[in-house]
Amino acid sequence: MKVHNRVPAMPHDHHDHDNHLDPMDARVRALETILVQKGLVDPAAVDAIIETYAHKVGPQNGAAVVARAWSEPAFADWLARDATAAVGAMGFTGRQGEHVKAVFNAPGLHHVIVCTLCSCYPWSLLGLPPVWYKSPAYRSRVVIEPRAVLAEFGLVLPEATQLRVWDSTAELRYLVVPMRPEGTEGWTPEQLAELVTRESMIGTGLARVPA
Amino acid sequence: MSAPDQPFLAPWQAQVFGLTVALSEAGLFNWPDWTQALGAQLATGAEYWDAWLQALEVILTQKGVAVPDEIAALAHRWQDAAHATPHGQPILLENASG
Repeated sequence: MKVHNRVPAMPHDHHDHDNHLDPMDARVRALETILVQKGLVDPAAVDAIIETYAHKVGPQNGAAVVARAWSEPAFADWLARDATAAVGAMGFTGRQGEHVKAVFNAPGLHHVIVCTLCSCYPWSLLGLPPVWYKSPAYRSRVVIEPRAVLAEFGLVLPEATQLRVWDSTAELRYLVVPMRPEGTEGWTPEQLAELVTRESMIGTGLARVPA
Repeated sequence: MSAPDQPFLAPWQAQVFGLTVALSEAGLFNWPDWTQALGAQLATGAEYWDAWLQALEVILTQKGVAVPDEIAALAHRWQDAAHATPHGQPILLENASG
């Protein structure tokens, strides 16, 4: 079974004259009603959280971190030693007090991240995870047969390349630092960041090669 | 981005996500507790966002914030309100007959 590009079924569309609420929608509204009545959540704060994660935070943050690590050896050292502090200095602090560990790809060594329990992911650096990252197939298979799973993403690594799979938790999230593509000498961090894809920071892809 | 990359495929998914993060930030539960609750629901084979909602209901029940019967009854009222609301107007709980 392929683990990516699977789209969950959309809710049914209704075309009646009056409104129908999807049962899940109604349950969420019920919860929100209770929580607001009890003063446990502020609807404006909920809206702000949704806006942040649906539209503002995304892989561009992680790409800026990777591009800086490629450009500044001292920053790369800091990122390797204490990623939480290094990315925090760039303004990317996890909202849940989680720590970040950066794992660096190298010739003959490739890292890939997963959350086998649920969907832990470095939100502050990559935004919310894609659908496939949350799928049971990816979560269970990438630890058992990473090479086969990566091949399904179109990433075929040499047999001699060692693969390391990192299982994220609520407290510790990982960021893969892909290898800097050849032919990018003299590029600015802004130019380099354009090559850093989300998949390359999860480990299911590589950084783009300059055209 | 293409559709499969959207974090939310329906508004209620975004809403339940926002509620959960807001409650955690307000200190009702910590994130490790949340991931355990979510993982337990995902382990049943539920769809991701269905599992998320179920996990939140479990935690709120454990915390004594809401009981399942209350949630179900209120959800039913929201559906009543939707039926009673003309298309194109916002759905308000006050519109429910019950």
